[in-house]
Amino acid sequence: MASRRGNAKTQLQSDKYSVLLPTYNERENLPLIVWLLVKYFGESGYNYEIIVIDDGSPDGTLQIAEQLQKIYGSDKIILRPRAQKLGLGTAYIHGIKHATGNFVIIMDADLSHHPKFIPQFIEKQKEGGYDLVSGTRYRGDGGVYGWDLRRKLISRGANFVTQVLLRPGASDLTGSFRLYKKEVLEKLVERCVSKGYVFQMEMIVRARQLDCTIGEVPISFVDRVYGESKLGGNEIVSFLKGLLTLFATT
Amino acid sequence: MSHHTFRHRGVIKVRCLVESGELALCAAGGFCHFYFTLLCPIILCTMTKLLEWVFGVSLIGIAWGLVTFDLLDLQLPPRYKEVAWPMPIYLLVVFGCYSLATVGYRVATFNDCEDAAQELQAQIKQAKDDLKKKGLKM
Repeated sequence: MASRRGNAKTQLQSDKYSVLLPTYNERENLPLIVWLLVKYFGESGYNYEIIVIDDGSPDGTLQIAEQLQKIYGSDKIILRPRAQKLGLGTAYIHGIKHATGNFVIIMDADLSHHPKFIPQFIEKQKEGGYDLVSGTRYRGDGGVYGWDLRRKLISRGANFVTQVLLRPGASDLTGSFRLYKKEVLEKLVERCVSKGYVFQMEMIVRARQLDCTIGEVPISFVDRVYGESKLGGNEIVSFLKGLLTLFATT
Repeated sequence: MSHHTFRHRGVIKVRCLVESGELALCAAGGFCHFYFTLLCPIILCTMTKLLEWVFGVSLIGIAWGLVTFDLLDLQLPPRYKEVAWPMPIYLLVVFGCYSLATVGYRVATFNDCEDAAQELQAQIKQAKDDLKKKGLKM
């Protein structure tokens, strides 16, 4: 009896969390996000590693990453760069191959996602044994900073249309701050064919198809690059095209 | 004698026809039962969202058509027809109002994370100082 309890405890303590950070021109932000990750993982005591997947950034992101590796240790900071910008899906595949954890956390490296939510993701996952935990900006305390009315309207409007058409069972589909079980992420990335915002949506939709359980944690999204708005007419059109494709094929 | 046999054979033929008709009905009934209890759920589970919508809208459309245009001669009271006839437009308008109200409410109650932004600024400063101490050359 005691030995079984002992085994259960070591099972929990052998959970390791691999954080995938695809970067492109994040010379300024990379040290900050790594510092925050180390801080919050250190405080919470969970076992972790950070995998930086740099797509040949011309601004020297890789050099900064190497310095960080010297500071924090090459068991905590792992570099797996690629020669050129090859897209998010392939970055995840590449990262998973080198991940030694049994859980994978994906997030943006531009400080819009704050690592303080990661312990909450982990707790939520343990609470429900979820296959994936998604950060949501649209429920509970979740929210955004730095969005004007136009941006909010487009975001909520698009989310409403997505909910009506796809009925996905998750409130935030285009968010990219998530915790996955490693084998679940592998299965899903294999099956997804879209790019950009739609890729993140497709992951959730496919997860639903495969009967994966999804948990949600409210997060705050601090948009510091809203000056260079990434939401022009082209983005909206490609989002709608992707949405209709998912509607007709899943 | 032959007349009697002929009639007897005729009765047998009719009986066979009736029996085969019954068999056919049983087969049809069996197939319908199979379809609705087994195949339908399987088809529904593997349908795309688009097909689900097409299916649902056709069902509603057929029901509406049956009531409004009296296609099955059901002799329903005229009240039913009066109510059913404008239903599609009415439902669309209700859905439109619901959508506007929902999206409007959600935009109005979209949380603005001022605290989070300020906390981030403070932590950025902290991080830069700490990293400089640890030897990072920015």
